[in-house]
Amino acid sequence: MKPRHKRLVLIAVGLLALGAAAGLILNAFQSNLVFFFSPSQVAAREAPQGRSFRIGGLVQPGSLQRQAGGVSVRFVVTDTAHDIPVVYAGILPDLFKEGKGVVAQGQLGSDGVFRANEVLAKHDANYMPPEAADALEKAKRAAAMSQKTLIDPHNKR
Amino acid sequence: MIPELGHFALIVALCIAGVQALLPLIGAQRGDATWMALARPAAQGQLVFVVIAFACLAWSFVSNDFSVLNVASNSNSLLPLRYRFAATWGSHEGSLLLWVLMLNLWMTAVSVFSRRLPSEMVARILSVMAMISIGFLLFLLFTSNPFERLLPPAADGRDLNPLLQDPGMVIHPPMLYMGYVGFSVAFAFAIAALIGGQLDATWARWSRPWTTMAWAFLTVGIAMGSGWAYYVLGWGGWWFWDPVENASFMPWLVGTALVHSLAVSEKRGGFKIWTVLLAIIAFSLSLLGTFLVRSGVLTSVHAFATDPKRGIFILAFLALVIGAALALFAWRAPKVGLGGAFALISRESALLVNNVLLVVAAAAVLLGTLYPLFLDALGLGKISVGPPYFESVFVPLMAPAVFLMGIAPFARWKQDQPLDLALRLKWAFAVAVASALLLPFTLGRWTPLLALGILLAVWVAVAGLMNLKERVLQLHASTSVSVSAALRRLPRGYWGMLVAHCGVAVFIVGVTLVRGYEVEKDVRMSPGDTVAAGGYQFRLDGLKRIQGPNYDATRGVIGVTRNERSVATLYPEKRFFTVQQMPMTEAAIDTGVTRDLYVSLGEPLADGAWVVRVYYKPFVSWIWGGAFLMALGGIIAVTDRRYRLARRDALAPATGAATAVAQAA
Repeated sequence: MKPRHKRLVLIAVGLLALGAAAGLILNAFQSNLVFFFSPSQVAAREAPQGRSFRIGGLVQPGSLQRQAGGVSVRFVVTDTAHDIPVVYAGILPDLFKEGKGVVAQGQLGSDGVFRANEVLAKHDANYMPPEAADALEKAKRAAAMSQKTLIDPHNKR
Repeated sequence: MIPELGHFALIVALCIAGVQALLPLIGAQRGDATWMALARPAAQGQLVFVVIAFACLAWSFVSNDFSVLNVASNSNSLLPLRYRFAATWGSHEGSLLLWVLMLNLWMTAVSVFSRRLPSEMVARILSVMAMISIGFLLFLLFTSNPFERLLPPAADGRDLNPLLQDPGMVIHPPMLYMGYVGFSVAFAFAIAALIGGQLDATWARWSRPWTTMAWAFLTVGIAMGSGWAYYVLGWGGWWFWDPVENASFMPWLVGTALVHSLAVSEKRGGFKIWTVLLAIIAFSLSLLGTFLVRSGVLTSVHAFATDPKRGIFILAFLALVIGAALALFAWRAPKVGLGGAFALISRESALLVNNVLLVVAAAAVLLGTLYPLFLDALGLGKISVGPPYFESVFVPLMAPAVFLMGIAPFARWKQDQPLDLALRLKWAFAVAVASALLLPFTLGRWTPLLALGILLAVWVAVAGLMNLKERVLQLHASTSVSVSAALRRLPRGYWGMLVAHCGVAVFIVGVTLVRGYEVEKDVRMSPGDTVAAGGYQFRLDGLKRIQGPNYDATRGVIGVTRNERSVATLYPEKRFFTVQQMPMTEAAIDTGVTRDLYVSLGEPLADGAWVVRVYYKPFVSWIWGGAFLMALGGIIAVTDRRYRLARRDALAPATGAATAVAQAA
C-alpha cells in the first residue's frame, strides 16, 4: 500500500469512528430526553403514555396523604386550572411543602395517576422551579382568556 | 471604612492590571526590555491589592458588619466563626472575588517561577493573564460589587444557606477555583506562544507543570464537591450529572486530554496545534462553567441572584475571550507546523485516541448540558437530560480509553510491534479477565457491567505494576544498579503517571462496586424497630430534640450491629434553620475502607415514627480515594527533577558569569 493510500484508509477509519461516536451520542440523547408537561397539557392528553416525563406546578394544599404503615405518599399537583394526582414511594425532599412549587418525574398510568420515581428537591426555600412557575403562568393566561370570552358578550349588551 | 478600603483596593488592582496587560505586550513586540520588565512587579503589586480587598471583605464577614449588603444577605451573628469566614466566598460577589484572588495567586506564581523563561514569553503570559483579570475586575466593580453598603444597616443577617454550612464548603470552592483558574496559565502560555510564534518542546516543558498542577487542583475540587453532595444532600448519591457538576467536569475532561497531549508535545514535539487548541478549549470551558454557574442560567445552590446584566456581561466576556483566542489560533497556527510522524501502533497514537475520546466525552456532556438551555431560551419547550443519557454515553466512550491506559505506557514512541506489545501484556490481560469472570460471583452476583468495571480496574492496576517491573528490570540490566536503586532512579514524572493511573483503577472499583452491590432502603421506623441492610442490623434506639447555634434539630440514635456485635452508633439529624426557615437533613455516615453505612432521617410520621433512609454502600470511599490518588499523581509529576533542573540550568550561566567577573576582578 502506498503511503497516500494508507493515509486515506486511516482518515476513513477515523471518520467512521467519529461517526459511530456521534451516532451513539445522538441516539442516547434522543431516547433519554425528558419532556415537561403542565397539568393542563396532561389533562388535554398531550403527554405520552408509557414514557417518562416531568410535570410541575403547586402541591395542592391539604392533598398530601401518607399510606398507613408505609412510606408511599399521594399528593395533587395543580396549575390552578387542572389537577394531577401523584403517587410516590420514597422520602420527599426537605423543601417539599403543600402550597409550594414542585417538579416530579415519572410515568402516567392509564388510571390518570402519575407514578413519580423522582420528586425534585431544590436548594432554596424561596425558589420556585422554573417549570412549575411556567405551568402556573400558562394556566393563569388560559383562565384570563376564557374569562374574557365569557365577559365579552355581557359587555356588548 | 474597611469596606470602602476594599472597594478602593479593587480599583487600584484594576489600574495595575491595565498597565500589566498593555505595556509588557507592547514591550515584547518592540523588544523593549524595560517595558517587558514591568510585567513581574505589576503582577505582584496587583496581588497585594486584591489580597487587601479580599481581607477587607473577610473582615466584614467575621466582624458581622451588617451595613454591607453582601454580609447582611449571607451571614448571621449566630453563624459559627469558621462559616462566617467561609461565607466570604459563599455569595455570588464573594466567589467572584475569590476567582480574582486565585487568578492573582497563579499570576504571581508564574512571575516567581519563570526565571528561565525568555522575558518576551513572561511578558506576554502575564499580559494575557492581566487581560483576564481586567475582565473579572470590571465584572466585580460594575455588576457585582461585594462591598455595596446597606443603609440603614440590617439588625442581623439573613444567614448563610444551610446547605453551605459544612466544613467541606470551606475548602471545596478554593480548590475548585484553583483548578478552574489554573487553566488560565495554560491558556496564557498557549496564547503567548501563538503571538511569539515559539511553540516547541521547550515551550511544552514550561507549560506542562502548570497545567498538571491546575488539573490536580480541579480533580480535588470536583471530588470534594461530589463528597459534599454525598453527605450533605442526604440522598446518598455521589454524582447527579447536574449541570453545575457538568460545568466543572467538562474542563476536567479537556484538561485531562491536555495533560496527555502536552506529554507528546514535550517528548516528541508532536500534537502542537492540538495542544494549543486544547489549552484554549479547557480555559474556555472553565469560563463557560463560571458563566453557567454564576449567571443564574442554572438554578442550584451555586446560582445566587438572577440579574440579567451579569449574565450578559459574562456572556460577552466569554464571547470576546473565546473569539479572540480562536481567531488568533486560526491566524497563527498554520505557522506552527506539525510534529514528528508516528506509526499506527505507537504511544503517540494511543495518546491521540485517548485525547479524541476525552474530547468527544466532553462534547457529549456539553450537548446534554446546553441543549435544554438553548431550547428554553428559544421558547421551544422545557426538557431535561438526565443521568441515563450521560451514563449510556460515558461507559462506551471511557471503556476503550481506560483500556488504552494499560497499553500506552508499554508502547514505544514513534513505532511499536503489535505482536510484541500483546506478548508483553498477555499476563495483565489474563489476570484482568479472570478477575472479571470470578470476582463478581464471590461478591454476590455477576452482570456484564460489573464484570466490565472489574476488568478495566484490574487491567489498569496490573498493567501499571507490570510496566513498573519492566522499567526497573531494564534499568537494572542496562546500568547494573540494584533494584532498589533503580526504583529510586525512575523519574518522578513516571511515578506520578503510575499513581494517577492507579487512582483511576481505584475510582473504577468504587464506582462499579457501589453501583452493583449497594443496598438502599427507605423504611418506616419507630423507636425499637430494626432493619437489615447489607448484613448489618440498624436499630432505631431513640430520638431527641437538640439545639444548635442557629438551628433546632431532631437527632436519631441508631445502633448498628453485625452478627450481634456492635459496629457503630449513628446520629442522623433533621435540622431546622430558624433564620432561613429551612429544614435540612444531616446524614450520619460510618465510613470504612470496604463500606459506608449511611443513615438519614426522612420525615416524621403521625405516631412518633420516622421515615428513615438506611443505605449500605460498599467501597464508596474508593471513589474519592481514587480521585485523590489521581491528584496526588499530578503533584508527584510536577516535582519531577527535570522541571527543577530546568531552573538550575537557568541560574548556572548567571553564576558562571559572576565567577568570571570575580576572577577578572
